[in-house]
Amino acid sequence: MPTDQKNYKKVAYYPGCALEGTGHAYNRSTKAVGKKLGLDLVEVDNWNCCGAMEVKNVDPKIQTYLSSRVMSITANEMDMDVVMAPCNGCYHNLKKAEYELANDKESAEVVERLSKEAGHETYKAGQVETIHALDWIKHTIGEDGLRERVKNSLSGMKIANYYGCMYTRPRHIFPEKDAGPGSESTYRPHFMDDLLEAAGAENVEFPLKTACCGGAHTLSDSDMSTKLVLNILRAAEESDAEVIATECPTCHTGLEMHQIRAEKTLGVKTSVKILYFTQLLGLALGLKPRKVGIQENISSSTDFLKEKGLA
Amino acid sequence: MPIHEQSLIRPENLTTHEEKIIDGIDVSGHWSTFIESRVVTDYNEQMEDEIAALPGGEFIHRCWQCGSCTNSCTVNAVNPEFNPRFWIYLIRMGIESELIRDKDIIWQCVSCNKCTYACPRDVYPEGVMKATSHWLELKGHTPQSPSAIFDEVCTDQIVDTGKIEDGRTLRRFMQKTGQSLLQDWIVAMIKQLVSHLPVSLLAKMGLSTLIAPRTSGWSGARRALKRYIEEQQTEQQMAVNPVVAGEEKH
Repeated sequence: MPTDQKNYKKVAYYPGCALEGTGHAYNRSTKAVGKKLGLDLVEVDNWNCCGAMEVKNVDPKIQTYLSSRVMSITANEMDMDVVMAPCNGCYHNLKKAEYELANDKESAEVVERLSKEAGHETYKAGQVETIHALDWIKHTIGEDGLRERVKNSLSGMKIANYYGCMYTRPRHIFPEKDAGPGSESTYRPHFMDDLLEAAGAENVEFPLKTACCGGAHTLSDSDMSTKLVLNILRAAEESDAEVIATECPTCHTGLEMHQIRAEKTLGVKTSVKILYFTQLLGLALGLKPRKVGIQENISSSTDFLKEKGLA
Repeated sequence: MPIHEQSLIRPENLTTHEEKIIDGIDVSGHWSTFIESRVVTDYNEQMEDEIAALPGGEFIHRCWQCGSCTNSCTVNAVNPEFNPRFWIYLIRMGIESELIRDKDIIWQCVSCNKCTYACPRDVYPEGVMKATSHWLELKGHTPQSPSAIFDEVCTDQIVDTGKIEDGRTLRRFMQKTGQSLLQDWIVAMIKQLVSHLPVSLLAKMGLSTLIAPRTSGWSGARRALKRYIEEQQTEQQMAVNPVVAGEEKH
């Protein structure tokens, strides 16, 4: 089935831990945009953490189990076959679990054992399709649909689209990517670029789209994270961007945190704004800044948005 | 970016005899300089198998030494000493003493998976880095790295409640690593956040650091996970330190 004919109008919604904590603004703006676009999000019942970035370092099979439980509830208890995860980490882990369960017998055995002991049905590969918030809007509304619905064009706003690591790497867990016209590219992702351009923004040529923000060591090796984030912030500024659009709560919080840390510890000040792509789309669709959680971001962008006539 | 290559020839590996006569010919001074040779017992033949037995290290034997991993590495661009290709070479050769020279930086892998993306042999170098830092800790070559402490803080929380709560993670990690929460930048960040955050959300976030969010009906999963983790830890000890692990068992 060609990707643009998929029906994601009603999907299971897996916010994950970060969206209930530091990524609250992403949660709020994703739901608000969905509502505005007439898309139905049904939150996964009683979900658990997908295993984040850390559990796999203790044992990857535990991460596979944790992610499989979320998909098991989606398929077996909610009777749905698509789960949408806006967080890159959750999205990545669910995809990885899907791959492992389909290809690694040992992982499947461990998941079966743990699911039985925990007392729920075992997830079987293929029961659920995991999509990202980008896939969700791109495939249900698309660029043309967005163009029709834009109330406050983002015209004149220069945006660097930042996708991070987990959305495209490693390639083997994303079989639907790099699949010809219309599909996402793991080398040069463009879904966020496409959507924001449809909302009127000007995307700058940004070379660090899939660079790493050091999110895994944001606390355990803060100096490394600050250096990596500073690379991204400076590259965006040198590309003439006013805003970095993000699609992952870990990247987003990392960029915001280490923008402050770089100023405090290295004395390097950068002023590029950091906003979730759902916040930008929401504003373009005519939602008020409060509705997309602008005031919940660490760094204030209210003055900037006023200047652009969006607040 | 070209790979900054490591050399095994360093001043401490070179020996020069002040007075040396070989076959009646005087080769004193730099004429007698030679690289100290390694002998069979200097190699740890088990090292590759031990690392391959840990999660992530399974496919180290596939490596062709093409260097795509180091070439694409995020950390290598910041610190040229961080060289996955070189470490995989040392592990496969069993040159333990050389690997241990870099014991304090191997854990710094940021898991960006650029190496995994670039690797033509599906070695999963990211996993190998994790397995190697794990091995260094299990062998007692290094204390637990900050990264491993962070992994443990998060995993314990998930096993216990089913979820991660950011405030709790930050507090526990700083406490376990003996760092103050009142770092300049953390204070500045919280000040900025509080200055414009709606009161209702502030209250909600405050509440969740007091009462951790939980997945309900998690006790079965908690028990299952705890049992499984214990089993795995014993198995990993057996693979890396069979004698010690065996004695503890009896």
